[in-house]
Amino acid sequence: MASHPSTRTRRGPVTYLVRLLVIAYLFLLVAWPVYLVGKNTFADGMDNINGILEDPDIVHAISLTVQVAIIAVIINTLFGVGISLLLVRYDFPGKRLLSALLDMPLSVSPIVVGLALVLVYGGRNGWFGPGLESMGFQVIFATPGIVLATVFVALPLVIREVVPVLEEVGEEQEQAARSLGANAWQTFRRITLPSIKWGVVYGVVLSLARSLGEFGAVKVVSGNVLGETRTATLVVEEKYLNFDKGGAYATAFLLALVAVACIIIVSVIRPKEDR
Amino acid sequence: MSIEIVNVSKRFGDFVALDNVSVSIPSGQLTALLGPSGGGKSTLLRIIAGLETADSGRIEIEGVDATKLSPQKRNVGFVFQHYAAFKHLSVARNVAFGLEIRKRPKDEIRERVHELLNLVHLSQFADRLPSQLSGGQRQRMALARALAVQPTVLLLDEPFGALDAKVRKELRDWLRRLHDEVHVTTVFVTHDQEEALEVADEIVVINEGRVEQIGSPDELYDSPANDFVMRFLGPVTELGDRLVRPHDLQLLTGGGEPDAVPGRITRITRVGFEIRVVVAVGEQLVTVTLTRNEFLSLDLQVGSEVQVRVAPEVAATVGQPRLLGAV
Amino acid sequence: MTSTALSPDRPATSRRPVRSGRPLTRVSGLGLGVAMMWFSLLVLIPLAAVVVTASAGGWSTFWQAVTNEQTAAAIELTVGTAFAVTLVNIVMGTMIAWVLVRDRFFGKRALEILIDIPFALPTIVAGLVLLSLYGRNSPLGVDIANTRPAVFLAFLFVTLPFVVRTVQPVLAELERDVEEAAMSLGASRFTVFRRIILPSLTPAIAAGAALSFARGVSEYGSLVLLSGNLPMKTEVTSVRILSSIENDNLDSAAAVATILLVISFAVIVLLDVIQRRMVRRG
Repeated sequence: MASHPSTRTRRGPVTYLVRLLVIAYLFLLVAWPVYLVGKNTFADGMDNINGILEDPDIVHAISLTVQVAIIAVIINTLFGVGISLLLVRYDFPGKRLLSALLDMPLSVSPIVVGLALVLVYGGRNGWFGPGLESMGFQVIFATPGIVLATVFVALPLVIREVVPVLEEVGEEQEQAARSLGANAWQTFRRITLPSIKWGVVYGVVLSLARSLGEFGAVKVVSGNVLGETRTATLVVEEKYLNFDKGGAYATAFLLALVAVACIIIVSVIRPKEDR
Repeated sequence: MSIEIVNVSKRFGDFVALDNVSVSIPSGQLTALLGPSGGGKSTLLRIIAGLETADSGRIEIEGVDATKLSPQKRNVGFVFQHYAAFKHLSVARNVAFGLEIRKRPKDEIRERVHELLNLVHLSQFADRLPSQLSGGQRQRMALARALAVQPTVLLLDEPFGALDAKVRKELRDWLRRLHDEVHVTTVFVTHDQEEALEVADEIVVINEGRVEQIGSPDELYDSPANDFVMRFLGPVTELGDRLVRPHDLQLLTGGGEPDAVPGRITRITRVGFEIRVVVAVGEQLVTVTLTRNEFLSLDLQVGSEVQVRVAPEVAATVGQPRLLGAV
Repeated sequence: MTSTALSPDRPATSRRPVRSGRPLTRVSGLGLGVAMMWFSLLVLIPLAAVVVTASAGGWSTFWQAVTNEQTAAAIELTVGTAFAVTLVNIVMGTMIAWVLVRDRFFGKRALEILIDIPFALPTIVAGLVLLSLYGRNSPLGVDIANTRPAVFLAFLFVTLPFVVRTVQPVLAELERDVEEAAMSLGASRFTVFRRIILPSLTPAIAAGAALSFARGVSEYGSLVLLSGNLPMKTEVTSVRILSSIENDNLDSAAAVATILLVISFAVIVLLDVIQRRMVRRG
């Protein structure tokens, strides 16, 4: 049957009322406040932006944030794609429990994440921390701790994007490739990966945004040492509390810019797989 | 006349779905809207139901002008190709829906639902969810749901289109019997000519937004208004410049009759009780279908020389080339 | 009565194939082992450490920690506000999803982007963002910094996407002919919404609400600059845990954290149950 182009959009007053309400709500809750941050940042021209870019400690914080985020995204992508394949294509005891537990990081408070990592990897009283430290490997109050915290909070994002795509694609193409003589790796690289590509990209972009912006968990595990373990989000807090609002707005603006860029990239990618 | 469609036109953007269509659908009958996909028949059905509004023209249902009436007020029953089951409601609640909307007393609803579920043979599934039913059962539920409100007309949009061949045939048969019992004016859309010929009292052939012909199955099959209707309703072959049905052709092995033309058999295919013989007549390949007995008595082989003609019984009445655009 | 014998048809074929998968091979088994090891070291063991530390001191120590006047006030504020925010999200989120799926107007794409901003924006930045409109120099003249409404506002901001994003795809997938069937049976537009659309959306709304509640309860970053973290007044549970950590009182921090973990876990279980119900209804 021919699908009918949507013609039945009869618009009553309710339609317009709901539309107006939704637009007003989003304007007051999101659009206007976000706009104001941009406006405050450039209230004195480029001074605020130049100010933070000339401060070596802030530049260090930003570069630390970017490095940590890249490492975290790589780890989460490898782990995420692997575990998604296992969850969708294989059967093993405890699969349902694992699948549920993988969502835990989304609903755990970042402060609890930090606490949990300190309890295990803390140098003084942690379960494994003292042992690792005696081998010369410091986790908490050092970069590895920041990486762990960041990986933790962004863990489910790739999985949540890839699993539905894998289910949608189904196994037939892979079986066809196998029957044509492809081995497991060839099948993955030439058939599976191209078909889940956009899901992976989407997950990566979301993970990147989440990783760059993590605050609470990093605050607990990093020690927040200026010029060493202070990340960009910690700079925002520090600057604001020290009455350097210009610096806080400028750093926040940069972070917000990256976040919004990520969303726009995603919204450009998404229609390709949806429609 | 139960449904009167007068000069209805409908466009979707540049696409003309219906072009000035007028049809009268008689009361109490089972009418098929038949035509190829995208020809406008579903659009016409949805306009009758009020699910789509015509750009111009008028719709009357039982003498009431329904052109501007909302679907809620038309009192039509509509059955969709993909069942449109209310997934969160049990089978019984699905059937009861229209009656609940009309605020009928609880006892009456219960009784009527019971009656209808019996009618569609789903009594034992009353408390199941639609997802626990097969496709055929879901469609019977949808039919009971549409009938529950005692609609003025029952409209079915490709009702058996999503079902597999066997269930389809059964439901078709069953719909015919059901209609003989309840006698509600029924219009159903189909692209399957066999379905229309078998079930309908009257067939409206629609193509490219226009009505090609209206008539009983016999009229349409035996005296098609034009080549399109002839081709759409059954198999055809060409003999000379004449369009004929393969089963209206005769093969002769003896001497030349005046109206027969000579040819040579190039292919013989047997499909069950029917034998298809392809005869090369000059450049033209003519298909002739024979019964098994005819075939055996003629002792035909590939390469045999034969004479082909239109059977004299039908030559005078059926398959005459006609003027095109007769409607 | 018709006497046609209808043969029992086969079950509907439109059902999604049951997902089973094949047994593990040697390579995939090894992969699963490595993945589980990493997941344990990163997530399971640390979270277990929280619960173990909390229970190490026994029930009375645990109870003392969580019933401490200031802690109890923080938990009450957090849970209460998260609950209220979730109610707002159920209504507004469903409405927003409705507009995104069913309405058409210029600039709808921009709304899509606005919905995702709270998800992608660093929480500390979210706090600063809200402060610029609802803080001291508010162009609206609304200064709610360091008050309870600020906590409500921050939760509202960070939980915005959840109900919208869970309801939206379900709403988009709803078959229009189901609504048309209800209309031709005489149901008004409101009745169609209440009796046909809403019940189909309920599981998705519930899932979104659960996520939104969990996110609210665990929120920290957006409150740092906005709420002032005033004890007994605007201090939420996460802040309370952090101050225990900073005072080197890890036992008490772990006790309160366990409460949050229980809530998170309950939400996860709830989501799993809802998802299973959605699949069953098919």
